[in-house]
Amino acid sequence: MGAATPIAYVRSRPAERRRPPVSARGPFAWLRQNLFSTPFNAVLTIVAMMALAWLVPPVIRFLLIDAVWVGADREACLAGPDGREVGACWPFVRERIFYFIYGSYPLGERWRVDLFFALFAFGAGWLLWLEAPRRTLGAAYFFVVLPIASFILLSGWPAVGLARVDTALWGGLLVTVVVAAVGIVLSLPLGIVLALGRRSKMPIVKFFSVAFIEFVRGVPLITVLFMASVMLPLFVPPAWSPDKLMRALVGVTVFSAAYMAEVVRAGLAAIPRGQFEAAQALGLSYGRMMRLIVLPQALRITIPNIVNSTVALFKDTTLVFFVGIFDFLRTIEVARADPKWATPVTSATGYAFAALFYFVCCWSMSLYARRLERRLSAGQGR
Amino acid sequence: MAETNGTGQGDPRDLAPIAVEIRRLDKWFGDFQVLADIDLTVKRGERIVICGPSGSGKSTLLRCINALEPFQAGELIVDGIKLTHDLKRIDEVRREVGMVFQQFNLFPHLTVLENCTLAPMHVRKVPKAQAEEAARLYLKRVRIPEQADKYPAQLSGGQQQRVAIARALCMNPKIMLFDEPTSALDPEMVKEVLDAMIELAQTGMTMLVVSHEMGFARQVANRVVFMDFGQIVEINEPNEFFAHPRHERTKLFLSQILK
Ligand SMILES: Nc1ncnc2c1ncn2[C@@H]1O[C@H](COP(=O)(O)OP(=O)(O)OP(=O)(O)O)[C@@H](O)[C@H]1O
Ligand SMILES: [Mg+2]
Repeated sequence: MGAATPIAYVRSRPAERRRPPVSARGPFAWLRQNLFSTPFNAVLTIVAMMALAWLVPPVIRFLLIDAVWVGADREACLAGPDGREVGACWPFVRERIFYFIYGSYPLGERWRVDLFFALFAFGAGWLLWLEAPRRTLGAAYFFVVLPIASFILLSGWPAVGLARVDTALWGGLLVTVVVAAVGIVLSLPLGIVLALGRRSKMPIVKFFSVAFIEFVRGVPLITVLFMASVMLPLFVPPAWSPDKLMRALVGVTVFSAAYMAEVVRAGLAAIPRGQFEAAQALGLSYGRMMRLIVLPQALRITIPNIVNSTVALFKDTTLVFFVGIFDFLRTIEVARADPKWATPVTSATGYAFAALFYFVCCWSMSLYARRLERRLSAGQGR
Repeated sequence: MAETNGTGQGDPRDLAPIAVEIRRLDKWFGDFQVLADIDLTVKRGERIVICGPSGSGKSTLLRCINALEPFQAGELIVDGIKLTHDLKRIDEVRREVGMVFQQFNLFPHLTVLENCTLAPMHVRKVPKAQAEEAARLYLKRVRIPEQADKYPAQLSGGQQQRVAIARALCMNPKIMLFDEPTSALDPEMVKEVLDAMIELAQTGMTMLVVSHEMGFARQVANRVVFMDFGQIVEINEPNEFFAHPRHERTKLFLSQILK
């Protein structure tokens, strides 16, 4: 401190405004800040780029560049006499696509499946689009009307002129969607009941909820599926014995309900005590307090997690394969063994197609969940 | 507001001169006795301000009155209804007793208007149009009629607390409980909430208010209750209470908060 610093200070002229220095703007600054900010990050960036350079071109070559796009049978997808490399065999997928969608559902009745897809998409859209009008009605449609209508539509009701279609004929996308949809539609309410049970002050209710949740969560889905398909017939009279698909549905529902219960429980735990007290002080009964005050808030903050569970469940549905259900993956599995299309690339094509399908579905759900999460954390409001 | 208060007109209880009667009430949290030997009788239309150091059991006492907390010994008669563990009677009591919390506790997923109409519609089964009309009336009384369609998060603290008051009033309660209604507010918002409470007091509402707002106590209270260690230490009408506290604890407490 040379000269004494004056205590008071008054600015004599406004500070000049300048652009940021070159080192803080433009693409180089961006690269430095985002990819090479520390030596460790720089190494990571380089390794990641090398991995991409090694992986991406062959995949693109297989799926697009070397792929065969037209053809009537295996001949088209065999390596030619010139020894040209052959990529994905798309004619195979194109020819069997209806099998992948409907399984063995009778040809003349496939419009029923199409109608089901449309009804389902309509309900899902109504529910997931937050600005949609009358969303309570949408929920009633999705959780009550849709399941009943779909059941009648798909399995048939001779009295109204819809021929019975045995569930053994269902397959492909249809089964995947049915299993996932039933899993969600049933497991959410069941999960809510279990989550409330777990918080209950009644010891017996609490005990059964905890026991159920912990038991199911402690067991792999495949075990639950086997248990459902082997043990369920023992509990119900033979005349009522559920078919294979029904058993798988019970297994999937039971399994996802336990997970949903934990998701809902986290949501309930996030509701401040003051909300319960304010509701009680206004004279609301337990049921009304939960239905009108607590659950709407808890479920709202839980939606991203519910969607994430849905993604997990959607992928898990492939396990019904093991209890003899022809889901989407299983139809591909069956089709790739077809001698008409037997080539060295048929299996890879089928699996690539399955992977693309599951990826697109799950990724779009995740995108939706993330967008929702951002919106919800942006604040209460509508 | 007294005239709109007539949900139970012709109900003999309306004539009962006693709003709340507490006799030898004891309450424990585990082994810890929060309330000891509480005796307090509140006449209809009377306004009681309760003060005392933190942890002395003021909130707990208030919360016993609308059965948010159970008690283990003694008697509590609210609006002629004897409180026991019978759930049926708890509902009856809660319908007649409104409560305003320190943290407002508005329902964030509902608009201001919906906050106000929810309980009347679902508990009292008032038709929607009528409930909304009443809600707008009360929102006007607390001077925020223009906020009816906003969400609580869009309001200031003082506005939120006034909504909370309106929400409680929409149930037409006979008794209003306030648990430190202004202590979570920025100073400049305290007055608007106190003004709303003063106006409410002028309508003849029975009020029990936990508060350290001495000006408010002087202006509105019929009696001030001082609590310490879960007991009632002193009760007096406000001017006497502040000018001539009798108990040593009261003197000490007042000297601390008036400093
Ligand atoms: N749920 C509870 N379980 C156990 N102890 C509790 C519970 N609620 C309150 N207490 C204890 O009871 C005592 C009285 O609490 P109370 O909230 O009634 O005090 P208060 O007078 O309102 O205090 P403050 O001015 O801080 O609000 C405190 O010692 C508190 O720690
Ligand atoms: Mg308190």
